[in-house]
Amino acid sequence: MSTQQMVMYEEEFQEITVVIERLLQDANAKVIFLVDKNGQLISGVGDTERFDTTSLASLTAGNIAATGGLAKLIGEKEFSILFHEGEKDNLHISIVGGRVILVVLFDSRSSLGLVRLRVKKSSDELSAIFEKLLKKAEDKEKRGVSDFPFAEITDDDIDNLFS
Amino acid sequence: MSFINYASREINCKIVYYGPGLRGKTTNLQYVYQKTAPDAKGKMISLATETERTLFFDFLPLALGEIRGFKTRFHLYTVPGQVFYDASRKLILKGVDGVVFVADSQEERVDANIESLDNLRFNLKEQGYDLDKLPYVIQYNKRDLPGAMTVEEMRLELNPTNVPEYEACATTGEGVFETLKAIAKLILIDLKKGK
Repeated sequence: MSTQQMVMYEEEFQEITVVIERLLQDANAKVIFLVDKNGQLISGVGDTERFDTTSLASLTAGNIAATGGLAKLIGEKEFSILFHEGEKDNLHISIVGGRVILVVLFDSRSSLGLVRLRVKKSSDELSAIFEKLLKKAEDKEKRGVSDFPFAEITDDDIDNLFS
Repeated sequence: MSFINYASREINCKIVYYGPGLRGKTTNLQYVYQKTAPDAKGKMISLATETERTLFFDFLPLALGEIRGFKTRFHLYTVPGQVFYDASRKLILKGVDGVVFVADSQEERVDANIESLDNLRFNLKEQGYDLDKLPYVIQYNKRDLPGAMTVEEMRLELNPTNVPEYEACATTGEGVFETLKAIAKLILIDLKKGK
């Protein structure tokens, strides 16, 4: 496999939530999402109820992948920040630690400058947490511990999903 | 790449429907969407051209249920089949857990099938995957059309490694859920091995 399987544990999930909750306050944002580059939603804080978070995650990852493809075409490694300006709401999308996408939705109560500044600070903290998470998974792999929570899964379990 | 979240007790997996243009990949997803209970599915997203050709991808999130207390979700993607969208196809294969190759049963489409299968293998390799090691099934679609080749003929051309294969007619839904179930099962078994 080319990239390692992403596993999220309770401890790191709490740490991540603390960081993005604080970013939400500091940046005066409406919603913040963390998305895996493969399009899986990791966490969201703020007014998340109003949004189709699954679709948002998938499209964000598609967007980052497409701009990443563009970057390579012109000889850049990636475009680490994307900004979409709307009439009312804006999206600030950035890559954290090379693997995770941080999405900040904000309106006129905040500003691009403030969001950029706060995102930069939080990104370092988030990078450190994801680094730790990756190391944890690597250590487990080395020790031969499987992260799959249902090693005892049976054919019936799978069939039941479709019944 | 599957994502296991112990905090929210969820497992997310990504399935990609691959194949040449106009072979029914989007139709597969549309049928699944129509036949799935509202609480088990999210919104289906199609990034298509004005003539309803897939431009970037279709996306359908499915929450199938729980296994041992873990919510099991599958994210279904299609790729744009037309040859010149190769750059987009590569992007969508990122992080894939399982592949469904949708082939057209009509004899005149056999070259397009083979070309697309080669393209799949090549693009996976570029991302560091080996099709022979990935959960992978083939769907022989459009069985209902006149001029459909026999399954034996198609197997000879497209399935030398003998992966699970399904006959289908995506417009009526025949074989659609059998295909999905097969790939989901292969992915879960693959995960169980702890790769």
